[in-house]
This record gives sequence, structure tokens and C-alpha cells, in this order.
Amino acid sequence: MLFQDVFSKWPMILNGVWLTIVLSFVAIGLGLVLATALTALRSLAGSWAGYIVDAYVELMRNTPFLVQLFMIFFGLPQIGIRLNGLEASLLAMTLNLAAYATEIIRAGVDSIHKSQIEAGLALAMTRWQVLKHVVLQPAFARVWPALSSQFVLMMLASSICSFVSVQELSGTAAIIEQDTFRSFETYIVVTVLYLVLALSFKLFLNWLGRKLFPQVSGLARLTEAHGEAA
Amino acid sequence: MQTFGWPEALFILRSAGWTLALTAIAFFIGGAIGGVFAIMRLSRIRWLRRFAAGYILVIQSIPVLMVLFMSYYGLSALGIELPPFLAASASLSIYVSAYLAEIWRGSIESVPRQQWEASASLAHTTAQTYRHVILPQAIRISLPPTVGFLVQLVKNTSIVQVVGFVDLMRAGMLVNNATYQAFQIFTLVGAIYFAICFPLSRLSRHLEKVMNASRSH
Repeated sequence: MLFQDVFSKWPMILNGVWLTIVLSFVAIGLGLVLATALTALRSLAGSWAGYIVDAYVELMRNTPFLVQLFMIFFGLPQIGIRLNGLEASLLAMTLNLAAYATEIIRAGVDSIHKSQIEAGLALAMTRWQVLKHVVLQPAFARVWPALSSQFVLMMLASSICSFVSVQELSGTAAIIEQDTFRSFETYIVVTVLYLVLALSFKLFLNWLGRKLFPQVSGLARLTEAHGEAA
Repeated sequence: MQTFGWPEALFILRSAGWTLALTAIAFFIGGAIGGVFAIMRLSRIRWLRRFAAGYILVIQSIPVLMVLFMSYYGLSALGIELPPFLAASASLSIYVSAYLAEIWRGSIESVPRQQWEASASLAHTTAQTYRHVILPQAIRISLPPTVGFLVQLVKNTSIVQVVGFVDLMRAGMLVNNATYQAFQIFTLVGAIYFAICFPLSRLSRHLEKVMNASRSH
């Protein structure tokens, strides 16, 4: 086995890793914003808006990411919207993640008891304060583990973006393989890098969860333990 | 230039059969391996437990696409040439085994501890305990997430087109290369995937409700 051929391409590999990280984080950020907006739309607006959000979530969750990506990359130009591989990937990842996150965040919001909101209003909090401190923060804290694993899955799924010739980690692997003819070595190195990326993502997201929801997550753990004992 | 018409649509529809076949194969082979890993993960022997945990962690932390590339391009570089269908089945089975092992481990663990103790007090061996006491209950608990995972599997079969295996996705791409009517084609392809996945999603949700109702007694 000759790993030096592969390692000699380290600037390319590093670029690929970087693009995978950037793609994932931008998609996660945009996806979360969209998901929060969709969750709010579902609970605040009329029932028809709820149906549209539900239909969107079901549609995205029950079709492959690859079909969604191709629909955007190959299908949209037919109606005059031309996106390059990177833009199409980012859009597909954001739309896909938003659907899953909407479903997860909804579960969190549903778990907030109505009396909590009434208690918040009774303390003369504004509607916005209630939404932020009583509903969203505890809801996010509760579903953060589920969201985190969805983020990691999205990072892994970003490997599919190489099909529209985006030079992220797996796209880079394909190029190095063609250059060096060392397929086994290339894929071993790239697979190990994905492994490292996924584990770092998990650690980072756990840390972020503890930073973002310090009191609430402690409370959630407490109630969870209590619930299990009961 | 060819246009997208009935023959092309039928070709795509027929290829959905291969997607289903691949799903079934990966599910059964992956399920068999996953079952073994689930039980290993709960074994009293430490190194078995660690090995299973490591396997699950690694497979869940790498893209299925990499498993596929390694078993198709990687192995062929080492002189082992798998035909596309075999490489696709093998890599999807590996993917399935790690996820089902984790789902089933959770299901086995959620059978109340007293059941193990009761079975032990009846002088059952570990095998007998699993066979007669734990598994019948664990399988019930595992049904909703297992069906839910089946949806993920159906969707993930779409990546095997990259090694040239003509499944539903590949059929769509072939027709697209000939007709350039991507919008119509991928709408059809997406609709077929949806027609397979949506009923499974609903079934999973329904099973979850039924289970919760029976557990709240």
C-alpha cells in the first residue's frame, strides 16, 4: 500500500475537509432558521399554513436527498433558475435539514405544557418573551440531542453533493483517485477523515448544547431522570 | 432528440423493482448481522461489547457512500472485483447492520429488568431468556423505529447508482441524459420514492401510537 501518493495531495484534502465543514455549518444555520420559522408558522398561522408545512415536511422526509439535489441542479434550469453545484448543494441541504429539524423542534414545542405559557403571561412577560424564554429555549434544550444527531447525518449526507461536482471531501477523493490510481488508500484516508469529522461534530455539538442551554439542560436531565423513576 | 414519454416512464417504473429488491436484500442481510451485533453489544463479555460498540460507532460515523466506494473501487484496486449489484448489496447491508443493531439494542434494553430476573429464576439459560422472554417483547418495541429506519434505507439505496447499478435513481438519470427533461423525470422518480416511503412512514407512526396506547395501561 502506498499512502504517500495520497498524503502528497494534502492541500487538496484539507480543502475538501474545509468545504464539507463550511457546507454543513451554513446548511445547519440556514436550515435551523427556516425550521424555526416553519414551526412558528404551523402553530401561529391558520390551519391551511399548517397543512402546507406538514406537506413540505412529509415530501422532504420521504424522498431521497439525491433526488432533491438533482431536482434543484438539473430540474430548476428548465424553469429558468440556474444554480451552480455549490449553490444547488447548499439549497438542497438547507431545505432537507429544515424539514427534519421542523419535525424535531415541533416535538420539543409540543412538550411545553400550556400552563407554562400561562405562568409566563401571568408574570407579565410579553408574548415575545414567553416565546423566547418559556417556549423556544426549553424546547430547543430538550430536542438538542436529536437535532445534533440530525446535524451529523446531514454532514455525512453532504458527501452526496460530489455527484453535482462539488469539491467537498468525497468529491476530492474522486479526483485524487483519478490522479493517483490508489483507490483503496484514498478511500481509507477519506473515510478516516469523515470519522474524525463526525466525532468532532458530536463533541462540538454536545459542548454547544451545554453552553447554549446551561440551566435548562440541567433541568431537563433532572425531569427526565425523575420521569424514568416514576 | 428523444423525449420523455410512456416508454421512458415505464422503464423508470420497472427499475423501481430493483430499488425494492436491493432494499429487501440489505434489510435481511443487514438485519441478521445487526441482530448479532445488538446481542454482542449487550453481552457480559467486555471485549465483545466493546467490539460491537466500536463497529456501530464507526459505521454510523462515515457516509454510506464511502462504504460503497471502498467495496467497489477500493476492493477492485486490491484485486477483488465485485459486480455492482454485489458491492451495492454488501455496502448497504453493512450500513443497515450498524443502525439496526443500535435500534434493537435500545429495544432489548427497554424490556424491564425484572423480566430478566424472572427468567433467571426459572433457571433459563441466556439463550432461553432471549428466545422466550426478552425477544418477543423487544421485537414489539422495536417495530416502529425499525419500520422508520426502512424509510431511510429505501432513500439511501439511491446512491448506488454511482457504481452503475440501474436502480430507480439511475434509470431516472439515464432517461435524463437522453431527453434533458429533468424536471418531469425527477418529479416522477421522486413520486415513486414517495409512494414507497410515505406509507412506511405512516405505518411507523401508527405502530408507535398503538404501542404507546398498550404501554400506558
